[in-house]
Formats: sequence, C-alpha cells, structure tokens
Amino acid sequence: MKSTEEIFNLLKDKFGDAVIELKVDQPVESYIVINPLEIDKVCKFLFDNEELKFDNLMNLSGVDDDNEKKEKDENGNEKIIGRTLSVYYHLESTSLRHKLTLKVSTLIENPEVCSVYEIWKCADWHEREAYDLIGIKFLNHPDLRRILMPYDWEAGYPLRKDYKNPEFYQGMKVPY
Amino acid sequence: MGLLDKQLDDGNIVITKVEDLLNWARLSSLWQMSFGLACCAIEMMATSASHYDFDRFGVIPRPSPRQSDVIIISGTVTLKMALRIKRLYEQMPDPKYVISMGSCSNCGGPYWEHGYHVLKGVDRVIPVDVYVPGCPPRPEALLEGLLKLQEKIRKETMVKKSA
Repeated sequence: MKSTEEIFNLLKDKFGDAVIELKVDQPVESYIVINPLEIDKVCKFLFDNEELKFDNLMNLSGVDDDNEKKEKDENGNEKIIGRTLSVYYHLESTSLRHKLTLKVSTLIENPEVCSVYEIWKCADWHEREAYDLIGIKFLNHPDLRRILMPYDWEAGYPLRKDYKNPEFYQGMKVPY
Repeated sequence: MGLLDKQLDDGNIVITKVEDLLNWARLSSLWQMSFGLACCAIEMMATSASHYDFDRFGVIPRPSPRQSDVIIISGTVTLKMALRIKRLYEQMPDPKYVISMGSCSNCGGPYWEHGYHVLKGVDRVIPVDVYVPGCPPRPEALLEGLLKLQEKIRKETMVKKSA
C-alpha cells in the first residue's frame, strides 16, 4: 500500500519535470498531473515497478475543461487562450490493493496525448471514446477512429462545450 | 347460411371472400423480426415469453428480414442505427408492417432535446403503422399495439393498400 504522496515523490525522483504537480485537498481524491507527452513512460513505470504494480486501468476519461481566458493583445483585439482538454486515469493494483489518479492536460488547439494502449490493452476503446466525443488525439494508438458516433460524422466532437449539432445527417433531420 | 352450403349438407365448408381470407391469414401469423434496440426490447422479450405468450397471436420471431412480416422498433434509434433499420425494412418482403414501441422510437423520448446521437422518431426513416406509448411500454401495451395492427390489417382491401 502506497499513498498518492509517496507515489508522487517516487515519480518526481525518477521523471523530474515530466511530473508536474500533486493536487491535494480536492473535493474528490488527490491526483498527480503529468506531462501529456510523457504519460506513457510514467505509466510503464507504474505498471512495472515492484512496489507499485498498477496492473489495472479502471477507467480513462476525457474532459473538456472549458477554462479559456480572454486576453487583449497590443492592438486591443480580444484573444481566447488557455483552453485545455484533459484525460484522467484511474489506476488500481489488484495485488497491492492501492489506487492512483493521474491527470494530463493539453491545449485544445493541438490536443495530443501519448497512448497507454501498450501498457493496458483495455485503454484501446477508452481512448477511442475520448477521441470520438472530446477529440483528444492519442499518439501511437493502433486504431484511432470513432467508436460510438458514425464513422462519417463530420459535425465535430459532441461532448465539447462549444459543440453545435448539425441540422441534417445523411438526409435525416437531427433536431426535434 | 347461403344456398351453397345448404347444398353441401351444412358441413365441412366455410364460405368467405378471398380478401377476408387473405387478411385473416395475414393477421393471424405476423412473424416479427427478432431485433431489439434497448430496454424496450426486454419488455418485448417478456411479451414473447410464456407469461404473456406472443405466440398465441401467431407472433414468432424470425432471424431474417426476408422471412418477417412485422418489425417492432423496440428502443432508442440512434442516427447510426437508423440507416441500418432502413436497410432491414427494405429487405423485408411486402406486405410489411412497423410497430414503433416506446417513447424513443415514437419521438426521441428523453433524448428529444440533448440527444445529439438520436433520431427523433423512427417515422423519419420508415413508415409506422402503430405507435405504442410508454417508457418502456408494459407487455400488455405491446399486445394492445399488436391487436390494433391486426384490426388495421383486417380492414385492408386488395384494391388499395391501406397500411
């Protein structure tokens, strides 16, 4: 059994800047924020390490943080910046009976996160779902295509906060 | 009694119109496509099971659209599924009938406003004969829907298809 704080210190020693911060005093459990392009290496370590043995990815979910800020540049034009998409990883060790939550955040303009498919095969469909509904691109995923929406859905990613549903799909009226 | 059956000793003969005979045959063995979409399908299966016994009305599930007379749209029709339903309906031989079971396939149900993936009523892709309300409808309601469909078929004429 290891606490999130202990695991954070272990990861910080091993990976340095790739481990961004430890968030405590949350309304839910505390979690560790990781660099989205290093998450696969961190997860590999969590899976392999004898003291951690996170063999089960309980859940992987995408989130639209909807946290953009408006800023004025030197010409006085308003710019919207800083909006992020996040992925949460809920890990469990079935042998050591401890759990861990990880988070990665990536800017919406180019939302790229490394895939953890090679570590936990169940991440395959979870990552396809996050891609389908939020639009996060998982690098090195073997088969990244839509899983729930039709393959030819062109209206975007339905669970993004600024999503607009189309009037028609394949000649069928969509709104009520 | 008519003259003809008097001549034939009052027995072993029934006289009817061809139209009535065909309609009676048609409505007494409505083979449904074995096909379910969501929670309504559970109620549909319960209707088929021994307690409610769909079979007493001649309804038995067929695993192929080519052998089916009626398709019961039992559940939420997503946009992705709507295209498949349309194809299945087109594969059924005439005469064919459609029962729309439950709020989802009637009008989108609880997904009517925010269901970005739901077709707001299966009648947007195929013609529906009977709408069964409910969420999901109880087996009694589905049986009532089937009886309504039988009533409809009983009134059909060969001159013009009314369904």
